[in-house]
Amino acid sequence: MHELSITRNIVAIVSEQAQGSRVTRVALEIGRLPAVMPDAIRFCFDVCSRGTSLEGAHLEITETSGCFLCKNCFSEKKTDEFFARCECGSTDLECIAGKELRIKEMEVV
Amino acid sequence: MCTTCGCGKDARPTLTNMNGDKVANIQIHDHHHIHSHDQAHEPHHHHPPALGTIISLEKEILAKNNMLAARNRTWFEEKNILALNLVSSPGSGKTTLLERTIRDLGDETEISVIEGDQETENDAARIRRTGCRVVQINTGTGCHLESNMLARGVEELQPPANSIVMIENVGNLVCPALFDLGERAKVLIFSVTEGEDKPQKYPHMFRAAEIVILNKTDLLPYIKFDMEKCIQFIRQVNPGVRIVPLSATGGEGLNPWYGWLRERHKEGSSNLTL
Repeated sequence: MHELSITRNIVAIVSEQAQGSRVTRVALEIGRLPAVMPDAIRFCFDVCSRGTSLEGAHLEITETSGCFLCKNCFSEKKTDEFFARCECGSTDLECIAGKELRIKEMEVV
Repeated sequence: MCTTCGCGKDARPTLTNMNGDKVANIQIHDHHHIHSHDQAHEPHHHHPPALGTIISLEKEILAKNNMLAARNRTWFEEKNILALNLVSSPGSGKTTLLERTIRDLGDETEISVIEGDQETENDAARIRRTGCRVVQINTGTGCHLESNMLARGVEELQPPANSIVMIENVGNLVCPALFDLGERAKVLIFSVTEGEDKPQKYPHMFRAAEIVILNKTDLLPYIKFDMEKCIQFIRQVNPGVRIVPLSATGGEGLNPWYGWLRERHKEGSSNLTL
């Protein structure tokens, strides 16, 4: 249940930035690779935001797909699987996208 | 414990210094969310966004954890301490491997231990019997250690310069992969009784590790475990990882593990003289 810990971080960061203003929207970017479930974040967000300036805020989550760079033939491969194999046969792939855990923006009134 | 969000009145992380019986509460964060513990949650309701000021943040959610981890890492490097994050599923033999390693290498290098478990001080008590420094962090409902808990643990532990600090993370093959503690490397302990397809089931952790210990090899004659296939699965997820099959209870295969520890510890010292 690491989503609870992640969501507490989200609420803490946004509350600090809002400086007492009411937050109406929070936009997140979450990669498909780090085993973080957007549904679990939504569930935890409802709970963690109660009694804070984020209570009732609309939560927008954009999921980003995984992308790896093959260290053998330098081609890019889009996949959400960690045990992917490049067409050239190599399994030595470096993750270049899909690991994001970022707060993009927020809206305050 | 509240089954709605996992919170609990007495579920805050606590720290026990086994060297002096001191108990201190670590405050990780304010547990400020309020919800009724008598009722089930209402279904999710999302409000349409109101018109307002849009503030671009572009902030990493785990920035605070990563910043504190970087601070821990610098502290370890300055003291030439090799800090290792030991990760595994529960019951893979982490504590047994630690007991054995401390007994065998304790004379050449001081080893101290930070134990992470949800509950009990059992593991710390076992390590304490080897005579080394140990502190226990109980995470309560938390499923992994975070860098601020480690910072408090290290403060209590006070490991000497040029030593090794073993951080035994909470037995869990999912969450600890996400939370950097400031360690030099993650050591994954995986026992042959867990089945050869664990690397495929938990690829994140296997990818994050620098060395995989395949423990309990003494049980191989009694179980169905395809060693070759397992190594192939590990390599698919993490091609460059070091794999060391051994038996922490029987003692077979320990030398390559000790060799790796000495090598990594020496690397730190050579960096210092540069």
